[in-house]
Amino acid sequence: MAKLPSISIAIVGSGGAGALTTGNSLLEAACAAGWHGLFTRTLGPQIRGGEAAALVRLAVHPVECLPDRFDLLIGIDWLNAHRFGSEIKVGPGTLVISDPQGGDPPPMVTQSGARVVEIPMKEMAKAIRDGRPNMIALGIAGRLLGLSIEQVVTPIEKRLADKGPAAIEASQSGIKAGFGVAAGIDFGMQLAPPNARATRRWLLSGNEAAALGAIRGGVRFAAAYPITPATEVLEWLAPSLAKVGGVLLQAEDELAAINMIIGSSFGGTPALTATSGPGLSLMIEALGLATSAEIPIVVVDVMRGGPSTGIPTKSEQADLNIAVYGLHGDAPHLVLAPQSIGDCMFTTQWATYLAETLQSPAIVLSDQFMGQARAAIDRPADVAFIGARSVATDIVGAYERYALAANGISPMAIPGTRGGQYTADGLTHSERGIPTSGAADHRAQLDKRRDKLEHFNFGDHWATVEGAGDVAVLTWGSVTSAAREATGRAAADGINVRLIAPRLLLPAQPERMQTALDGVKRILIVEQTHGGQFHRYLRAHYDLPTQVRVLNRPGPLPIMAGEIYRAITEWR
Amino acid sequence: MSKAAGSPKVADLNDLLAVAYQIEIDAVERYNLLADQMETHNNPELVKVFRDLARAENIHGEEIRRLAGDFDVAAHARQIAKFERSESPEQADLGSAHYLMTPWHALQLSLAGEERALAYFTSIVETAKDPKVKNMAAELVEEEAEHVNLVHRLLRRYPQPSESWAEDLDPPVSQE
Amino acid sequence: MSTVDTRLARKPAEYKSDTKPIWCPGCGDYHVLMSFTRAFAQLGLPPEQIVVVSGIGCSSRIPAYTNCYGFHGVHGRSLALAAGLKVTRPDLTVVVASGDGDGYSIGGNHFLHACRRNIDMTYVVMDNRIYGMTKGQPSPTTEPEFDTALSPGGTRVRPFHPLVVALASGANFIARCFSGEPNETAAVLVEAIKHPGFSFIEILSPCVTFRPDEKSWKDLVHPAPVTATTDPGKAARRIMTDDGFNLGILYRGNREPFQPAIGATSVDLSELEKDFEL
Repeated sequence: MAKLPSISIAIVGSGGAGALTTGNSLLEAACAAGWHGLFTRTLGPQIRGGEAAALVRLAVHPVECLPDRFDLLIGIDWLNAHRFGSEIKVGPGTLVISDPQGGDPPPMVTQSGARVVEIPMKEMAKAIRDGRPNMIALGIAGRLLGLSIEQVVTPIEKRLADKGPAAIEASQSGIKAGFGVAAGIDFGMQLAPPNARATRRWLLSGNEAAALGAIRGGVRFAAAYPITPATEVLEWLAPSLAKVGGVLLQAEDELAAINMIIGSSFGGTPALTATSGPGLSLMIEALGLATSAEIPIVVVDVMRGGPSTGIPTKSEQADLNIAVYGLHGDAPHLVLAPQSIGDCMFTTQWATYLAETLQSPAIVLSDQFMGQARAAIDRPADVAFIGARSVATDIVGAYERYALAANGISPMAIPGTRGGQYTADGLTHSERGIPTSGAADHRAQLDKRRDKLEHFNFGDHWATVEGAGDVAVLTWGSVTSAAREATGRAAADGINVRLIAPRLLLPAQPERMQTALDGVKRILIVEQTHGGQFHRYLRAHYDLPTQVRVLNRPGPLPIMAGEIYRAITEWR
Repeated sequence: MSKAAGSPKVADLNDLLAVAYQIEIDAVERYNLLADQMETHNNPELVKVFRDLARAENIHGEEIRRLAGDFDVAAHARQIAKFERSESPEQADLGSAHYLMTPWHALQLSLAGEERALAYFTSIVETAKDPKVKNMAAELVEEEAEHVNLVHRLLRRYPQPSESWAEDLDPPVSQE
Repeated sequence: MSTVDTRLARKPAEYKSDTKPIWCPGCGDYHVLMSFTRAFAQLGLPPEQIVVVSGIGCSSRIPAYTNCYGFHGVHGRSLALAAGLKVTRPDLTVVVASGDGDGYSIGGNHFLHACRRNIDMTYVVMDNRIYGMTKGQPSPTTEPEFDTALSPGGTRVRPFHPLVVALASGANFIARCFSGEPNETAAVLVEAIKHPGFSFIEILSPCVTFRPDEKSWKDLVHPAPVTATTDPGKAARRIMTDDGFNLGILYRGNREPFQPAIGATSVDLSELEKDFEL
């Protein structure tokens, strides 16, 4: 029985079969037992009853990318499952559990060489009062993975706590039945035991992490307009803000949302909103206003497939251009990008701190993959980045809101402060904030806003820089996890590859990048876009070595570690 | 609409002097506002006209202060001299201003103001019960009548503007 | 015995800044500015406790001409900005200034929801039935036959009826004023600010440059023949059928203003992690 550091399971079903609940419960059970894991999902277009697949990866160490191939695929039914063909890769080493009453397995199964074992889950469920096939499937998966019944039943009991004892009993019976029937199957593999160290761990999604990071950074007001895949950030914030004395207001549209947070921030309360590409497009004008009037705000963009309405339920990295270049006029501002689910918390917190310190809007580019995936992570360390705005108090004489200062940061008078009255304006203004069309004032304020960002010491958090060698993989966002796995595999093969992933996209950090690239002769740029946006961004802002290759692909499929590994090893 | 309703209550001589004083002060403020507008809009001739008018009203105000002797007419005015419904009688109509207006136009506004003040004090003469108030109001009526004549004299110096006084060969500018 | 008014501890001049308005001489907005400063003085509020929020247009220039805090934001979004400000700073007095373009056209959607939300603030729209700042295009309140370059022969589209829309959307106080009566307007503004919830005042404010015909407004306006009602049905009938020049407070509602509790409670941040702990 092979003991593997990582095993991946896919569960497919449709029409309310509950495949996603099965996957989530499996993750919860394994994580409670000490393993790490990642859960993502893929769906059909229906609102209810559509085909769905839960994609779960369990591991001894933290994982945040999907495997190149699944080890176990359970088909509660196969209705429309062919749609998932490109996302659920199976092969000769895969065990497929198929219900003979669930329709024909799709080509992705039949042509893969996978071993198929038929189990009549639907029939077994019928034999149980209120029985459901997905509980049978859960039991099967749990048994094959080497979990105990208690470990598998516990998360279900939690989920069904308010559905009554009958529902819980039905599920327990289903799981037991699944355990029973799986006992006779030789899976051939088992998860290596979890690490014994008692670290505090969390199980959460990137969206939840971003929301928590916001509150930790000092956000106490959020304006919300729902949009897939960002809505969960706002849903988590609504009750959480209330708990800490803040408030979330639902706006009538994104135009209102972004202006509301500007109003809140102007009044002294750090504020945030979350959206996706189409919403960010609507917010661009007001982002310019916040830039010009020097008002701190944070906008989390959970990127999805574009352009336009695009693919709302899938991930992509193609909002980089609009985030970096979208504001009309010369409007330097902050753009950051988390690299993992846990990093969604750190980066949003850091972004809040930076926005408040630098009196600038900050766009945080998360994506659907991190935003809606759940993972078990080590509890992140508490960091001291809490918004600390420079506030003008005890004002004597004529107050200059936009006074030129060595570090470009001018203290902001909060309404209610006597003597600090000024009118914040998107119009180009003088140091006193009076609108002007004069050359000297325009230049002075443009310099101020650029210099306050460019002269700031962002420290080591600006990027992940790992490894050694004269080859580097340059990537960002959610692709970082897959890239790390790939460079790890290459290192195991004796090929040393650096991994460089900027967390701070704007302002660019030319000196730090130069240090990171010192000695690098070849770079492989990896990004999930069609147009190579990250590649062009790098060329626009940084000096790159002459040998550059780009591995870019648009969504909806994530870029896999195996692809990056192959690209590295093929470039010799 | 009755303009009399909402005029400040004049119960005694001090009230009358306070109101008379406030009328002049209000006029000073209004002429200065108009002078500022003309300055911003590059009509220097009218800046001078309105500043001169403001100065004149200021002198009238000082005269009333002298009339009041030791009584602090300014403080009393702050308490009671509020025109609730209409504007203070000598305040020139802001709506009639124009960036190309000529001295003739400004004096027309001034004339209208003086005539309103005249009518106002006349109504006090007619309705006041207190003889001191009546007498002072009558004096003020004479004063205002003199002002009216003065403005007429000034007007004779300025020709009526031509038909094209408001013509600006430059088009309007959109600032936003 | 003359009455002594001790309320007025502050002077209107305290609320005026040094910045000279760029409005054309003859513009109704000069009077509106006067109404603002008189109303603020009447209320006796410290200037630093007042925020004037505006969008884009001639009327939206007003914040910088006051000595209060101000926000001159982007076109049409002042109500949203003011909502975020007031909800987080209920201690401030928030007055939103707009025009018929900024408020009823691009700002139309936010107008509906601001009335609906009923946050405690006062919304003043200076209606001159034209887009003045951009040189004379029709606005949602321009008469259908009014000829402009962008709409030769007139728009032929019926004007918007802002007071009816406000009433239908939930505004808690509705009034119409005329800039040429700054004292009356100031008095209405005082009432509006004191009235809880969303107060809406449409101020007819003539544009001397692009609507010289509006000089006739001073002869067309008249006080509303009846006092303000608290009955929305009555108000609807009156407002829908008046001649558009009825001045005064037309409706006073009883809705509770929307104001969530701010800063009232605070748990330790570690409480928020409990959702995630394994």
